[in-house]
Amino acid sequence: MISARALEKRYGRKRALRPLDLDVASGSFLVVTGANGSGKTTLLRLLAGLAGPSRGTLEVEVDRGRLGYLGHEALVYRELTALENLDLYGRLYRVPERRERIGMLLERFGLWEARGERASALSRGMLQRLALCRALLHDPDLLVLDEPFTALDVQGAALLDHQLAELGGTRTVVVSTHEPERLQRLASARLALT
Amino acid sequence: MTFLADVATLARKDLRLELRARDTLPAMLLFVVSTLVVFRFALPEGADDVAAQGADDVAAQGLLWVALVFTALLGLARAWAPEREGGALEGLVLAPTDRSAIWLGKSAAVFIFLCALDAVALPAFALFFAPVNLSTVAGVLLANLGICAIGTLLAAMAAASRTRELILPLLFLPLAIPLVVGGVGASVSAEPARFLAFLGLYDGVFAILCWASFEYVVSE
Repeated sequence: MISARALEKRYGRKRALRPLDLDVASGSFLVVTGANGSGKTTLLRLLAGLAGPSRGTLEVEVDRGRLGYLGHEALVYRELTALENLDLYGRLYRVPERRERIGMLLERFGLWEARGERASALSRGMLQRLALCRALLHDPDLLVLDEPFTALDVQGAALLDHQLAELGGTRTVVVSTHEPERLQRLASARLALT
Repeated sequence: MTFLADVATLARKDLRLELRARDTLPAMLLFVVSTLVVFRFALPEGADDVAAQGADDVAAQGLLWVALVFTALLGLARAWAPEREGGALEGLVLAPTDRSAIWLGKSAAVFIFLCALDAVALPAFALFFAPVNLSTVAGVLLANLGICAIGTLLAAMAAASRTRELILPLLFLPLAIPLVVGGVGASVSAEPARFLAFLGLYDGVFAILCWASFEYVVSE
């Protein structure tokens, strides 16, 4: 599903990602690790199509609408409520049975009670849960998650563990993390960036 | 149809955000009224009946357009603020919608803001300076289209920059000059149709250019 050859990203003179070869088969669960500044976020942004490579080639065999991405920001409107944000993305992604799907995700991630609150009023952890709902809303074939456990409390992290376990094997998942042991059981491939 | 549905969804989102936050339109309305009041007192004594004086009439129309363009600039500077704050623009870029729908949705919302602005500015201008004729209204509406098309694209470009407050006027004002020329011409000329046609042509050409180039503005 993903094939990269000598993939490299630079911002001016600064190299954000060293040349990299990568093959990820459909249904794989790839865990990306590396120290701060090693290029994890850059790689995931390249995979999501949010940035273009400076050198090398990258092929991601999935339509834009079938990709779910979780970045360092929630990618939601701060003055819209949790429900309105998901409804907006649900419309743009043409999610079938949108309301039911949104309701199910809000329930699953413990946000149902907070559905009427503006994103700006949510705590960091709640905002991360909302971002996860947004990334999963359209049931993507390829899920790209950049440090998804950030800011989640124990309950939120357990919910995410459960969600990832459900997706494992049926969807292609790429996750960057500083806690690789947490995903040890799910991981089918590992990539350590230096 | 899905393209238009996406445009409507995005424009409705912007209107909802503005109705809730109210941080753009009230500022624009206050600014345009304040500007016209300042212009009213800045004009020399005896220039009250400017409509009856040819040169002064043109000058007064010029003041109207200065007020409108700078107020539009104020609104454009905030046009992409909601997307900037939460990183929401990346969320829109990732969606399977045509990227030009993002531009068109934002332009539609800005157009509605500008029409609301005109609904206050034109009566205020008539009150302080001279009656507003039909060709002025037509000129203002056509200029709004051009301001939305160009301004929204340039505001998106400027939003990515740390010096956005400086860059937006530098890029926008030169491109707004033809709109001002056409608008003032439509207001004071004996043959306004010529100027209105010019405005329509300008809007059409730049709308197509902006439509085609927005994709590159939001791509890294």
